[in-house]
Amino acid sequence: MEIRVENIRKRFGEKIAIDCFSAVFPVGGTTCIMGPSGCGKTTLLRLMMGLIEPDEGTIIGMPERKSAVFQEDRLCENFSSVANVRLVCDPHVTREEIIGNLSEIGLGESLFAPVHSLSGGMRRRVAIVRAILAESDIVFMDEPYKGLDAALKKQVVSYVQEHTRGKTVLIVTHDEKEAHDLGCGILLMPANGPEEDKAPD
Amino acid sequence: MAALALGRSLLLVSPLDVVIRLARLSSTGSFWASVAFSFFRICLGFLAALSAGMVLAFLAARVKTIEIMLWPYMAAVKATPVASFIILCLIWIGSGGLSVFISFLMVLPIIYTNVLQGLHSFDPKMEEMATLFGVTPLRRLYYFHIPQIRPFLLSACGVAIGLSWKAGIAAEVIGIPSGSIGERLYEAKIYFSSADLFAWTAVVVLLSIGFEKMFVALMKRSFDQMEKI
Repeated sequence: MEIRVENIRKRFGEKIAIDCFSAVFPVGGTTCIMGPSGCGKTTLLRLMMGLIEPDEGTIIGMPERKSAVFQEDRLCENFSSVANVRLVCDPHVTREEIIGNLSEIGLGESLFAPVHSLSGGMRRRVAIVRAILAESDIVFMDEPYKGLDAALKKQVVSYVQEHTRGKTVLIVTHDEKEAHDLGCGILLMPANGPEEDKAPD
Repeated sequence: MAALALGRSLLLVSPLDVVIRLARLSSTGSFWASVAFSFFRICLGFLAALSAGMVLAFLAARVKTIEIMLWPYMAAVKATPVASFIILCLIWIGSGGLSVFISFLMVLPIIYTNVLQGLHSFDPKMEEMATLFGVTPLRRLYYFHIPQIRPFLLSACGVAIGLSWKAGIAAEVIGIPSGSIGERLYEAKIYFSSADLFAWTAVVVLLSIGFEKMFVALMKRSFDQMEKI
């Protein structure tokens, strides 16, 4: 089982975001997507999420149920961490489960404070728990660990690994060390430009 | 000071005379009947416009055609002199429901415009997030749209309540529905009773400010309660 991205092309006006890109992602595994800035990593993720349509090419085998940690946190500012996670959860996910997950990554002290009062790192963790607890078969993570210090990052990485077992996870990162530490498959996207070789590494 | 300098209570009464007159009026049953008559009608008009304005704004935010179709009506209601509507209303429905109708007409475009502006300022990135996670329309309303319109609705209500009282009472003065505050003000004019005029004006100001403060505080509390889940 795999997800196939075949000859994807996407332009925004004159700018080529992705040009004739193909890749294969194993279902049930984690893949890190790496590449230089502006090479189209986030665009690829958005195409796979179904938020934008490709100009050309197809994506085959994409699961129905998706969740994501976006580049921005995209939280409901006036609501608490618990409420933000509750927003995307199925009714069978209990309040205790949500509180347990948030506490697991160090948010136990600020469960009911409005998220606009939380620090950047705390907000990032709320966004991560939201993506993990949402009913999904594939989790997209766009630079999920940015803004977290080394110790906290280790804790959050292990939380994500533990709770995404059996799910397809696609992580966009700039950090080569992070990708190697995660011990997952790495997809290197080439820099965009007319003279570049567009075949994936 | 001006009342003392003028020395003619027919033209300008002193605040003390107004207070004495107000105390005398408030001890009669007809005073409270008039207050209740106008209060319920103006508030009814306001609440109806609040509901209609919100529903129309939500529809217009969702369907661009509705927004385009409603624009000339809202613009016309905003620009037409209130006196024209009062006379039209007197011809159509008589003076009984006059203040309800006029209050409704004055408030509707304010609520509609402000709520629509709030809905238009919604971040499309949040809409993307909701789409990806499959958030239900009811949850979108609760988590996104109601908090989004909160500041717009609160400021609109602050303005609209004062306007509904001004326009509602003006309509009653012209239409003279029996037993209304407007009728009392009209009588004050007929009998050259400045004390009555000022006393009833004070009543209208107090009712307007009181209702505004209470209603806005109630709304703020309801919004806060909603966000504490």
